[in-house]
Amino acid sequence: MASLLEVEHLRVEVPGRRGTLVAVDDISFSIAPGEVLGVVGESGAGKSLTGAAVIGLLEPPLRIAGGQIRFAGKRIDNLPYEAMRRIRGKEIGAIFQDPLTSLNPLYTVGRQLVETIRTHLDLSPAAARERALSLLREVGIAAPEQRIDHYPHQFSGGMRQRVVIALALAANPRLIIADEPTTALDVSIQAQIIALLKRLCRDHGTAIMLVTHDMGVIAETAHRVAVMYAGRIVEIGPVRTIVAEPHHPYTIGLMDSIPKIGERRGRLRQIEGAMPRLNQIPPGCPYNSRCPEAFDRCRRERPDLLPAPGSDAACWLYDPKQSAERSLSAFQEGEEGAQRSGSGLRHAR
Amino acid sequence: MNGALEPLLKVEELKRYFDVSPPALERLLQRKSRAYVKALDGVSFAIRRGETFALVGESGCGKSTVARCVVGLYRPTAGRVVFEGTDLGSLNSRHEMAPLRRRTQMIFQDPYASLNPRWRVRRIVAEPLVTHGLAASKRDLDERVGQLLQQVKLAPADGDKYPHEFSGGQRQRISIARALAAHPEFLVCDEPTSALDVSVQAQILNLMKDLQRDFGLTYLFISHNLAVIYQVSDRIGVMYLGRLVELADTETLFAQPRHPYTRLLLDTIPRLDAAQGAGSEREPVAGEVPNPINPPPGCAFHPRCPFANERCRAERPELIAADGTLVACHAVEEGRLPAELRDTRPVAVA
Repeated sequence: MASLLEVEHLRVEVPGRRGTLVAVDDISFSIAPGEVLGVVGESGAGKSLTGAAVIGLLEPPLRIAGGQIRFAGKRIDNLPYEAMRRIRGKEIGAIFQDPLTSLNPLYTVGRQLVETIRTHLDLSPAAARERALSLLREVGIAAPEQRIDHYPHQFSGGMRQRVVIALALAANPRLIIADEPTTALDVSIQAQIIALLKRLCRDHGTAIMLVTHDMGVIAETAHRVAVMYAGRIVEIGPVRTIVAEPHHPYTIGLMDSIPKIGERRGRLRQIEGAMPRLNQIPPGCPYNSRCPEAFDRCRRERPDLLPAPGSDAACWLYDPKQSAERSLSAFQEGEEGAQRSGSGLRHAR
Repeated sequence: MNGALEPLLKVEELKRYFDVSPPALERLLQRKSRAYVKALDGVSFAIRRGETFALVGESGCGKSTVARCVVGLYRPTAGRVVFEGTDLGSLNSRHEMAPLRRRTQMIFQDPYASLNPRWRVRRIVAEPLVTHGLAASKRDLDERVGQLLQQVKLAPADGDKYPHEFSGGQRQRISIARALAAHPEFLVCDEPTSALDVSVQAQILNLMKDLQRDFGLTYLFISHNLAVIYQVSDRIGVMYLGRLVELADTETLFAQPRHPYTRLLLDTIPRLDAAQGAGSEREPVAGEVPNPINPPPGCAFHPRCPFANERCRAERPELIAADGTLVACHAVEEGRLPAELRDTRPVAVA
């Protein structure tokens, strides 16, 4: 299927007094219609900036310094503000973490919905209100006829996030950028919102770029996952591979450090150290100082995404030209890792 | 429970109400009545020395209010908090409270808000030592601060920096160093890793485990994250709308949850092993936590409970022993809701 969104060699920079910092460094990915791409990483990895770059909402002095963003075949990264504003909302919707700051507290939710709908669609006020009602119904708000005239503060957190989703859907966008849409919500409400997003994606064929630090949400929702570290995509592939048989040492460490129910151990496995700050990213692979597998080349040369079994990983371990010995040992370790998680899965069934 | 050993902390029928009444004039003119949020409405539990007791529940269930009552930041509306035989309510002055305050310390959720941004780390960590007069000299103080920073895997030289120079995980280490400064026995940890990334969370949880082993600490651990609680706790209390609905040891709670709300919570954990992404279907439980100002009569959970009947709507269930756990549920008590055996499968939340 042709890609709906294509991001190629995107680079986002922050000019500063002490030189320019690279916040998003040469990343490429695509999203097909109806597909959910999860973008996961720790705070500061650049995942939210990537989302903001796609909808053209990077806050100055952040700027796109290189690469292309294409939506439905057309470049959108270099559009003038007004042209981008028409695409945003109509073609690409956005859902942010905090539903309270995404809504205007002074207007009823109905007024905000109607305004958004009429900005993008040629509808009469009455028809727009009808559409607003059906949107509220669709996102699971009970008694929308009454709720439509309520103000945001009269809604609970979960209901507010539903209103924000209704707003994002107002003009039937083909792509939704959802940045931590469930992070501010309680677990039971979180499950409801995830189910809602999945249903929308299935019923309308809407593509979703789901940005979150929560691997659990990704595992439940996404088709494919991009793992970001220090401004780079270090691994990208189908959700099953990333969760059960990750290849990049960072993804492996990340998955291992998630507390799991059912395997209680004295200690959690942990990655030593912390993600480097933007001004302290080491030469070579940005993960080399924390990586248990790192060898000479990792400290000199920066790896790009290389094909690994089932996913693409930016790691020299997967370079076929790497010395046979080195890649063999890595391959065996990968196999063991796969067996470990594989047996867990079998146990579950 | 082991009757021979006096628990370190006992909480008995703890109640804490907050007055949320409209202003007096409005009450007079519009005949509005007084209103209270019953943040805690009769909570009892005991924590044994050296164990980790966890409280879990959604926002607004009262778990943080318990923490604040236990460390003496809130005075209970009714009920008692007894620390090693001493009732906190019987201590009426700061002076009388001081020895207990030293022995109980707290770690907060937000490492950005809980450290004074204008103080150097050295001064932050030294504050409890100074307050409780635990350092003989300036040199003694510096040495002790250096030790504390090393205990949480920071360098003594980090004491010269300001909090903004550290990442979230490092800041939480500073909070822990400060909490340990006064040689406490009991640490109250209110969502200590909720603001942290998973890889950092693993580091902090491991550190807390090591410190518990090294210093024989007792933890009251509060979190909404069941997978974290599963890893750290010995016993768990599940809270809903100001009440404990189930109290059990960790393995039992996860293998054999009794209360319908506990089952709901376990069901909402996103599962990593079932990673089929958008293809997997999981029916989420509908409904939300009701307004605590006007909680439903009877069992507060009945509007969301698939097993609720007339009795549940009218009569509030009390905690009753059932197979080694304590459950507040009529359906369990009447045998309408048989225990559900779960294989504790590898599932996870980030």
